[in-house]
Amino acid sequence: MKPQTFFSQNRSVFWFLLSLTIFALVVTVMSDAMGNGMISTSFVKTLGKTLCLMLVAVAMDVVWGYTGILSLGHMAFFGLGGYMIGMWLMYARTEIIVTESLRAAALPPTPQEIHESVGTQIFGVVGSSDFPAIWVFAHSLPLQLAMVVLVPGLLALVFGWLAFRSRVTGVYLSILTQAMTLALSLYLFQNEAGLRGNNGLSGLQNLPGLDDLPQSTLSIIFFWASAVALGAGYVLFAWVVSGKMGSVIRGIRDNEGRVRFLGYHVESYKLFIFTLTGVVAAIAGALYYPQAGIINPNEIAPIASIYLAVWVAIGGRGRLYGAALGAAVVSLLSSWFTGGGAPNIPLGVYTIQWTDWWLVLLGLSFVAVTLLAPKGIGGLFDLVSKRHPVAISSSPAVGPDVGARRTVEGEEEK
Amino acid sequence: MPRALFLALTLAFCLALPAHRAQAQQTGPLQAVLQTHAAEVARPSRTSVATLIDALVASNLPQVPDFLTRWSDREVVQDSASGLFYYDGEPPVDIDTGAPTQLDGATLSAIRPNGGVRRVISTALVQFQLSAPDIAARTAALDAIARAPEEDQLEPLRASIATEPDPALKARKEQLAGMLAARYGDTTEERVAALQALSGALSVEIRAVLNQVLTTTSGVAETLPQDANIARQLRVGKDITSAEAYARLVESGLAAAPQTREQIKAALTENISDGTVGGVPVGALNTEADRLRAYQALATAGTVPPLVTEASMADAVSAHVFFDAYTEQDVAITDAAREALDEVENRVFLNQMFDLTLDALSLASIYFLAAIGLAITFGVMGVINMAHGEFIMMGAYTGYVVQQIIPDYTISLIVALPLAFAVTFAAGVAMERLVIRWLYHRPLETLLATFGISIALQQLAKNIFGTQARPLTSPSWLDGAWVLNDVVSIANIRIAIFVLALIFLGLILFVLNKTRIGLEVRAVTQNPGMAASMGINPDKINMLTFGIGSGIAGIAGVAIGLYAKVTSEMGADYIVQSFMTVVVGGVGNVWGTLAGATLIGGLQKGIEYFNPSNTLAAQTYMILFIILFIQFRPKGIVALKGRAAGD
Repeated sequence: MKPQTFFSQNRSVFWFLLSLTIFALVVTVMSDAMGNGMISTSFVKTLGKTLCLMLVAVAMDVVWGYTGILSLGHMAFFGLGGYMIGMWLMYARTEIIVTESLRAAALPPTPQEIHESVGTQIFGVVGSSDFPAIWVFAHSLPLQLAMVVLVPGLLALVFGWLAFRSRVTGVYLSILTQAMTLALSLYLFQNEAGLRGNNGLSGLQNLPGLDDLPQSTLSIIFFWASAVALGAGYVLFAWVVSGKMGSVIRGIRDNEGRVRFLGYHVESYKLFIFTLTGVVAAIAGALYYPQAGIINPNEIAPIASIYLAVWVAIGGRGRLYGAALGAAVVSLLSSWFTGGGAPNIPLGVYTIQWTDWWLVLLGLSFVAVTLLAPKGIGGLFDLVSKRHPVAISSSPAVGPDVGARRTVEGEEEK
Repeated sequence: MPRALFLALTLAFCLALPAHRAQAQQTGPLQAVLQTHAAEVARPSRTSVATLIDALVASNLPQVPDFLTRWSDREVVQDSASGLFYYDGEPPVDIDTGAPTQLDGATLSAIRPNGGVRRVISTALVQFQLSAPDIAARTAALDAIARAPEEDQLEPLRASIATEPDPALKARKEQLAGMLAARYGDTTEERVAALQALSGALSVEIRAVLNQVLTTTSGVAETLPQDANIARQLRVGKDITSAEAYARLVESGLAAAPQTREQIKAALTENISDGTVGGVPVGALNTEADRLRAYQALATAGTVPPLVTEASMADAVSAHVFFDAYTEQDVAITDAAREALDEVENRVFLNQMFDLTLDALSLASIYFLAAIGLAITFGVMGVINMAHGEFIMMGAYTGYVVQQIIPDYTISLIVALPLAFAVTFAAGVAMERLVIRWLYHRPLETLLATFGISIALQQLAKNIFGTQARPLTSPSWLDGAWVLNDVVSIANIRIAIFVLALIFLGLILFVLNKTRIGLEVRAVTQNPGMAASMGINPDKINMLTFGIGSGIAGIAGVAIGLYAKVTSEMGADYIVQSFMTVVVGGVGNVWGTLAGATLIGGLQKGIEYFNPSNTLAAQTYMILFIILFIQFRPKGIVALKGRAAGD
């Protein structure tokens, strides 16, 4: 048997990177930044945001589709990442504006004066002017970038350690992660949390010091950054879920007890996956919110994490490209339907307005996918590639994730 | 000046010839009394007014209080021609009947009782009102005294106690007299006795009186004054910060105010000459240290006041003592008040704890109602129903629709409760048949599929009923509250929900433990395979259990809708709390759910007590607590043992 390379083992990586590159090039050529204007700047931003959502969906797939942990908290890490980068964006931009306005005074401004005016500018909206302790690194981009990774990473580490240590599994764990998300969003809603309460952070679309760059160019820069992050994340996760590590985490998904008896430290594997995906989700969020321009605690509400699970389920669990596709399809369709893009359907007595009925359709189609096509959109690729994965066992003991694609290990188990 | 002269002349004129003129006119009874004492009315003085008031009191006329009020408010005028009294106005009105008169203003002169007289009048007025035959008038008078207590109300209040026929009002009068005596009593002994009598109460008014007696002023001096009634001495750094202490010094003029950064900046800006300030170039003034240096240079030159340095501030603070002194000089009184207040506060605290317990029980019963259906389905089938909250909403909307059809709130409530159960029971059974039974071995997917149903139902409700909140009005006999005292009270509707929760607790325990179906449900919960081989049809049991669990959610919806508003999102507000209740309590056990609901309700109210302004923080801390709690009891408070635990 000839030795296999990473790419020949994971053929989806090649195809994914190829289509991502082509897509990014096409969008760039057609964008406003190149003067063509076939794709508006706001749509480039939407596409860039979608790429970030795809990245967090891929992370979610690793945690749920491969490891069997239905986390309802990854959008909290996503949001936290956004908050961390938002703090620097807001601080640096306000500092520039304040310095500009203080220059008109007779005396040159002192650093303390600038710091205080920035505080008044940022926190005036919540009736305060002092910087809370968590803003201590906000003046420095490198430190705050480190916070993007460290804060959500630490949260995931501590929470995961507590949860896995006490062997909370299954729906219990899902509810516990949901509780964490709810607690975080409720905490951020308070003005005392120091992140401007329900006002959130705003004006993030303007990069400090880059005021000369038009938004069309900025949007392409972020679009590319998101595409590169998605590509890198995809490769990283494809590598994580292949090889021995992948076998172990799939084993945990299918029968945690058996893997533990085989001598693997299940908790460490789970904790590693949970934290790693949390960090990637945070990076995706740090790229997403400068494109969205505003972040508030609503973005962290438990419903966002449930939608993330919905994307992955519709896309197809247990295959990375499925999750990415699911996120892209559902979020783009969602903005098409709710943005009034879809035509209304007149039924004579009643006109179906999609802005009102889209959620009903989404909810029901989600039920339909769960019941009728548990493999999701990704299942379509099996038809093309004539690949027939292991027949789904009728025995319920095999594990919770019948919908997930089984690879060779599953076969051997029979 | 001429006007005053004119007034004086007319007054003198009037006084000269009152009697025969008055008798010529048709006069009312009050006018008659006034005419007999016309001189005292027209030119009242503190010495003469008493006889008039005695006469008015003796006449027992209903118009007297009104007259006294208007007399004191300088609204009474006298006609110089006839000597009769009228109320001022356009035109002037008759003093007895209130009927308008034909008089023109030219012959009328105003009567202006001076301050001393007005005080006597108002005391008399209070006395009048306090002994008025109408109980409403007496209550109003007492309320007025309670709102704005004054020293001179004490005597009339005491005088009216003996003749008070109504026992409740009499008690209130005695209490008020006690409060007034505590503040305005003549002797120290009297006040101390009154203060000690107050210690048994817990009303807000009495606490206000005690605090009033204990009012302090902040003081500062070089040594502690001997003559002042010191409440406490403040240690700098412990009781007050040195900045606060210095601010007190500045306030009492014992030290110069420190220059703020803005002031320094302004002073520097004013003294810029040739691009330098105090020898420092303007461009170099971009740090605080440089600015201070420039300011000190200016201060040395004498152009600006000298800089108040940190060291001089510290010296000034350490050279003085800071204290709070009572405005009341008598130590015996403040001690008695302090003692009484401590006792009152202890009592208030105990009552607050009791009130908090009631609140917690009420919240717990709501959580119990919301969660018990979830606990049953989760326990029996291991299925998390994310649409449970929407079933609650569905029940609430059922109640709303019933109220649109049946206008009588009591009857509509009686109809709505079983109807809500029926509607959500049907919805639950339909959902179980169509969706959940295909997913029994995929619990995580059930969670998501039911979530899909949840968002569809929520949006459907929004499309049908709109986004605004719909009212579910409770019948009038559920309005109001059960008030034990000033501190402890609970709304009737909450008591009703508590009773409803108790009924359901009993009902569920009865069904589960004493009936055939309950036996089968318990069998399926513990071991579905074994139950099936014993001839129980698990499919049927699952369907029924799911229906019953959903039906209870519907009834919970009606109950919750009665005290909160009905919106399409109300279910989502309760779903996480319900999950927590089930998870904390332990799955598949009614007692567990009860324990979980009590713990969560109690915890939430307890945290809110420490930080009442911030319910968000309370929820945050509660969730954190639950996450930690799960560490120690992963299976909840009441954990199933053995095989039933299904590990």
